[in-house]
Formats: sequence, structure tokens, C-alpha cells
Amino acid sequence: MSFIPNTDADRAQMLAAIGVDSVSDLFRDVPKEHLFPRLVLPSAVSEQEILAELDSLSRQNADPGRTPCFLGAGAYRHFIPSVVDFVLSRSEFYTAYTPYQPEISQGTLQAIFEYQSLIARLTGMEVSNASHYDGATATAEAVIMSLNVSQHQRKRVLLSAGVHPHYRAVVRTYTQGMGLDIHDDKDTEATIERLAVLCDSQTACVVVQCPDFFGRMVPPSTITALAQKVHACGALLVVAVNPVSLGLLVPPGELGADVVVGEGQALGNALSFGGPYLGFFAFRRDQIRRSSGRIAGETVDRAGTRGYVFTLSTREQHIRREKATSNICTNQSLNALAAAVYLVSLGPRGLQRVAELCWHKAHYAAERIAKLPGYTVDTAEFFHEFVIRCPRPAETINRRLFDQQGIIGGFDLGQEFPGKEHEMLLCCTEMNSRGEIDKLVEALEEAGNA
Amino acid sequence: MPEPLIFEVSRPGREGMSLPACDVPPTAIPESLRRKDLPLPEVSEVDVVRHYVRLSNMNYAVDVGLYPLGSCTMKYNPKVNEVAARIPGFAAIHPFQPPGTVQGAMSLLCALQEMIAEIGGFHAVSLQPSAGAQGELTGILIMRRYHADSGDERRNRILVPDSAHGTNPASTAMAGLEVVEIPSDARGNVDLVHLRANLDDRVAGLMLTNPNTLGLFEENLLEVTRLVHDAGGLVYGDGANFNAILGIAKPGTMGIDVMHFNLHKTFSTPHGGGGPGSGAVGVVEKLAEYLPGPVVARRGTGEDARYEWREPSRSIGRVKSFHGNFGVLVRAYTYIRMLGAVGLRAVAENAVLNANYLQARLKDTYPVPHGDRTCMHEFVAQGILAEAPGIRALDISKRLIDYGFHPPTNYFPLIMPEALMIEPTETESLETLERFVDAMRAIAKEAVASPDLLHDAPHSSPVQRMDEVKAAKELKVTAG
Repeated sequence: MSFIPNTDADRAQMLAAIGVDSVSDLFRDVPKEHLFPRLVLPSAVSEQEILAELDSLSRQNADPGRTPCFLGAGAYRHFIPSVVDFVLSRSEFYTAYTPYQPEISQGTLQAIFEYQSLIARLTGMEVSNASHYDGATATAEAVIMSLNVSQHQRKRVLLSAGVHPHYRAVVRTYTQGMGLDIHDDKDTEATIERLAVLCDSQTACVVVQCPDFFGRMVPPSTITALAQKVHACGALLVVAVNPVSLGLLVPPGELGADVVVGEGQALGNALSFGGPYLGFFAFRRDQIRRSSGRIAGETVDRAGTRGYVFTLSTREQHIRREKATSNICTNQSLNALAAAVYLVSLGPRGLQRVAELCWHKAHYAAERIAKLPGYTVDTAEFFHEFVIRCPRPAETINRRLFDQQGIIGGFDLGQEFPGKEHEMLLCCTEMNSRGEIDKLVEALEEAGNA
Repeated sequence: MPEPLIFEVSRPGREGMSLPACDVPPTAIPESLRRKDLPLPEVSEVDVVRHYVRLSNMNYAVDVGLYPLGSCTMKYNPKVNEVAARIPGFAAIHPFQPPGTVQGAMSLLCALQEMIAEIGGFHAVSLQPSAGAQGELTGILIMRRYHADSGDERRNRILVPDSAHGTNPASTAMAGLEVVEIPSDARGNVDLVHLRANLDDRVAGLMLTNPNTLGLFEENLLEVTRLVHDAGGLVYGDGANFNAILGIAKPGTMGIDVMHFNLHKTFSTPHGGGGPGSGAVGVVEKLAEYLPGPVVARRGTGEDARYEWREPSRSIGRVKSFHGNFGVLVRAYTYIRMLGAVGLRAVAENAVLNANYLQARLKDTYPVPHGDRTCMHEFVAQGILAEAPGIRALDISKRLIDYGFHPPTNYFPLIMPEALMIEPTETESLETLERFVDAMRAIAKEAVASPDLLHDAPHSSPVQRMDEVKAAKELKVTAG
């Protein structure tokens, strides 16, 4: 089925109105030798058959909904209230396009305006855009914004080694043609204080993550001191943050951050094997004209009724073309909608409760694992993720956890960091029951034995 | 009546969700780490549901009616796609699960890479880019890296036709390359004289949207791509308008070296109110190792096939976390499998038929400067009515809302004054097209008889025309 309502009779009537004999005549501009190539594709199937095929494929995946899972590392499993998918399934939201016609797009526009307000409040910042593709691209856009703020006079970017490796990779990909000096600290033990020393008058921005990729928390006073140093150099401080942790922790906006970015997936978005997610992007009001991405603003219509439009489009590519602040021309509206519905459903106490559950479960797991022979917990201060050092390579441990106990273990740090093959990043959220954690601890002990 | 902001219906003490009790011994949380307040709204579940349902009622959408937004391909989004992406074995899997535990998902990705490569005539595909604009950036970075590898550092110019989407020059600038604009000729094609004059050893490549934003197939396509290649450049294809030639021709065999596909246009995944999308990128063989990684590779065949991640050896690097917008990719896979080769060709044939029908039926009422040519999936009319000189494209667009239609894309392409770019797509019936023609003709009459009806339109929408100047001046972008 190709979802085409035209019948043969319709087509005949239309061809007559156009004044051509056949549909092929409409393609006379296509070079003859290239017209109607053979497409070697699997045969078409019915809806019933495709759903059966997909069901069969999906069963070849171990589904963390049914399998205990302790993976985090930038994508987190949280409970998603039923109301989130209910709202996302409203086809007035999901089958609309970006709101070019505000008169018939107030639903999307007001939802984005509210999303921006929620993100600003959560991060402690003044304003937020309508979202970027994901945490990595939001980080890259923050770096580019800092270059815009320096009017491209500054070429130095300090990236903490604690920033998610994918975010650092995307910053490098995005800026490879810009002639930047990216100080990408390979030393994962380097402290924020050491990064601060490197900041100078050529530095456009300093990017840190808190809690960092390894789960480590940085004391608020350290971020405040870093912000002072960065500002003294005339640079911007970009802080990547886990939004759920902000249910509990002091937000970067209160510590002097200029841009707060992060992966918004944890807010009501399914893991979905890595996407689609959303990158949130909050910043100070005085930098709004140098920022990237769509921004909804409040206004009134001709009758004086309050309403919303996309504003500051003069920064954008469809007006400014090669002089735009970014090439981005959409946001992740539906994912941002999920984040907004999640945040308003939880409210302040709900989000705090989720964050506390994550904290307690992760600390309980760490305390138990620390007592296992051959294992150490390497992370002193953490939120819901921590690094353990294993008696055998993490890859081996993970294989044993899965094969013998049906547990999906932690992130094998050796995949991204040579030399860390014995280290594993474990995450606990409210989804991990005490029973699961106890089972993990026992399985780790067994897997650690030769 | 306007819908209050969710913050305005907040009442202290209301809750919209319940959470389980803590089943582990608690660990003290240092006070110094705790935030002092968290000013989120406090609402009950019924407040949330009614708020968002009422907001949804203020939106126009494909599921409401015709959405003839040119170059956006607002086709119907099959409901089976939504079911497919929500299958727990897809929706709940973590991107860092060991490959052995996600073979089903990886086999789907591998098959989709291969199907898109086959449809586009390309050697390899990366599914990582999140959207068309990101696909463009990916493509330009691939071209840049390819020339750098060949020692051609001088090649820092990208030729961009004046009819191109704004993202083309913006993506070029982001990649650190220079934009050289190439005008269109009288028939709407790339002006060959200007093209030749700009082809030298500084050219990294040409960005070509084909069919272009006038809805026209590039008549000299093979000549254009040959000229660029002869000058040592590469040709980037902007796949925004690929719906027109799906199964009709393969860009990869016509001289396009790298192209992005908008899966949210051509392959029916919903636009989501402005995202998520997917901008998968296909390349010819010599560029395959430059793709963003990882891509999925297959080892073995049939029942013994195993799937693994592979990093292309000269990759430009990742453009996104993890593996692309998987949920969108599942939808596109579902669509392609349901259509097959015959169905895909029927898509393009009917999309082009519908557009030509509308062009034929409207060109007596509205100027269609290239109406002498066969259009592809869209055409550009002008909102210019000789007997109603005070009427602009915007007025016609806004009045269409009162007739129950979404307006066409207006004021784009920039080279066409008062542009109304109309793309009906293949999923609209003849009756719907007829109703649209009737509305456009009625509006042309109203424009003469009572122009204020158009100037003040829309009259039936939840709000009237918005004060955009006030929005930009006051910049109230968060709730107070």
C-alpha cells in the first residue's frame, strides 16, 4: 500500500486537464538513460506482515524494560508517565510542521514557550531556545555561540575531559573548518582548577560537565570560582548538565554559567536506541541575539489577544543565509513537548523525588559493590552514576553478567578511553529496584571470580 | 479564548504523578548541594491533559487537512509507523547496549542503509544526521575533507544556486567555506554561463537542489555535474525535493556525489511540529570512508548474519550522539518495506501528477512564471492579481486558512516575487485538490470585490495576525 488515494479514473481526468497522455510524459526533463531505473528492494508487504517482521526483529534485542540494566553514560532510563505519550500521540502535535503560520500553530508555539520557561527555571538561567538535536549538538552550538560573542576574535576552546566523549567529538566535527585551537584534555583526572589556569584572553569558552561523564560531582564553590576566572578572561562558561539531577542540585545558572546545555532525553523521552532526543540550551538574556536555534516569544494579535510567534528570525538562515548564527532550521519540537509534559506532570516535588531515588539507589549500589573483593568504587562524590574498577576487563564482566544472569551491566569505559579497560560506569535510577541491585552485586562478585 | 499558561493554573500542593517509595536505605544528601527552590508548576494530571488537548486544538496538522507547504513534503504519516517505533524492543533499548543484545535493531539499521543507498544510487549511507540541515553540514564537511586529503587545500568555495534553501549557504559557512552564488537562467535552471565562469581550482563543489525550489527538474543536470567534475569539484545534492524522483531516477548515477535524504519528508515520518527528523546522507564510493561513524556493517549472510559498528577510516567525525534518530529510522524502514519498489515509484508519479494538475488548474488565475514547463512535485505561483494591486501573497495565504487549508510556503524562493510555493504531495485526493482550486479561485475574486477580507484574514483561526514586531522588540521569551 502506498497511501495514494488517486484511482485510475482520477489519473485519467487529471492527465487530460494537464494535457499530457501519460504520467511518464511528466518526467520528460529526466535524462532518458536514467529514467525509471530498476530498484532492487525487498517486495512490498502489508501492514500485518511488517508488524510481524518488526516484532520478530525487536525480539532479537534485549529490552531493558524486561532486563535489569545499569547503563547510563548520557542516556537514562526513567519512568515515563502515561500522560506523556498520550500528549505526543495527539496528531495535531505530531503531524504539524514547524509553526510558520502562527494563527494556526498556537498549540505548538505556546507549548514551546512553556518548554523554554521550564528549562530556564530548571537550569536557573534567564532564557532558553526551543531546543537543539541533542546534548552533543547543543554543546557544539554553545561553542559556536561563544565564537559569535567574541566576534570570531577568539579561537581557543577549553573542553574538559569530563565532558561526554560524544559531545566533545561533535564539537570537533562541527568546528573543523573554523580554525580553532581546541584544548581537549585527554587527562581524565585533570581538575576544574587546572582547566581554569589555561583560560586566557584568547579563550572563547570553557566547557565543563556536571556531574561529569564519569559521574563526578563538582562542588558548587568550584564552579563559581571557575566562572569568575572565565569571566575575568572575557570568555563564556558553558556547563553541560543532567536535567534530572537539577531536581535536587544547585543549578549552574546560580553558579555563574553563561550557557547551560545538556541532553534532555531523561525528561520523558524513551531511550529508543539513542534518538530522537533533544538538546536543551539555556543562556543569559544579553546574548539572545548571538544565540542559535528557534525561539518562541509572546506577543498579541490584532485584537490584542495574547499569543506566541517564533521571534528573532533575523539571526536565522532563511533570512541571513551564510551570515546566520547557525544552519539549524528546526528544533526537536515533539521531544521538547515530551520534556515539558514530563516536567509539569512531576512538578517540583516529583522531580526532586525522582532525583532523590536515583541518588539513594546509586549510593546503595556503590556501597555494596565497594565491599566486594577485587572491586573498588572510584567516584567519591556522585549523583546517580559512578565508576567501578573491576578485577577483570569490564567487557568480560559485562558478558558474564548478561550470559549468566541476564543483566545488562554498565558502560565499559575501555570503549572510549584506552587504558580504562577494567573500569565500568554504572548508573542507577528509580527504575532499578533493590532486588535488581542486589542481584547485580551478587552477579558482579561471581563474574569477578576467575 | 486563549489558553492560560501552565504556570497560571499552578496551585501549591497539586501533584500530577505518583512515585514509588524508596526501597533502599537512604544516603544523606549534603545540604550544600541542594538547590533552594525549584519553580516548576504544580498541577494535577487532569490539568495537564486538558491543557495540552486544548493547545492541540489550536494547531493545524496533516491529519486535519491539506498542508501544501512547498519543499516540506507534508504527506500523510501512516499510523503503523507510530506503532512500529513504540514496540518495546525498539523504544526501550539503550544505545550503549553491547551489539550482541541489539542485533535486531542493528539489522534494521543495516537494511535501511542498504535500501536508501539503492533508492538513491549511492555506495554507502550514514543514518546519523538528525535533520536536513545537519545532513548538509555533513555533506559539505565530507567534500572539504576529501579535497584536503587530495592536497587540494585551495578548494574553499562552494557554488550555491540563488534558488537554494537558506540552509545551503549557512551550512557552507559553518564548514568554514565560502559561498559563491550562481544565478538561475530564464527557464529556472542553473545558468551555465555563470557556472562555467566560476569553475576554477578554488571550487570545492556545487550544492544542487534537484528538482530545484522552483519545482523544476534541472534540464542540464548531466552537463552541470560533468562541468563541476571536470573542474575537480564535487556535487552535493540537497534531497529536500527527492519525493519527486523517488524510483524515477537515481541521483547517484547522474553525477551527484553526496546527498542528504529528508526521511521526514520523502519517507513519511511525521514532522513533529518541527522535529525530530532525519537527514541520512548517501555518498558515492570514493567518499564512503568519510561518512560520520559509526555505521552498521554486516558479517555473514542469511541466518548467520551478524551486525557490528564500524568507524569509516577517514570519517569527518560524529555529528550526533549515539546512532542517529532511531525512532525516526524505524518509521522510515516501515514505510519503505510497505511500499517496495513499485510503491515508491507510484509515490513520485502521483506527487508529480497532483502538482501538475494544480498548476494546470491555477495558472489562469495566478501567474506561474515557469508554467510552460512540466513541474515536478511542486510549483511556484505568484500572489499577484492584476485587478487587486493591494493584495500580496501573504494575504492570499492567510485567507486560505479561512477555507480550512494550510497556506503554501510563501516568499520562498527569494528569487520569485510574491512566491506561493505549492506542494500537494501524493497523499491528497482529486476531490481535495479540487476544493483547494475552488478556494484559490474564490480568493482571487474576493481580492477584487472585498480586499479587506484578505487583509484582515484569517478570521476563523484561534488568533488573528500576530504582532511580530512587538515580539522581537519586547523579547518576552519565558513566562514571568
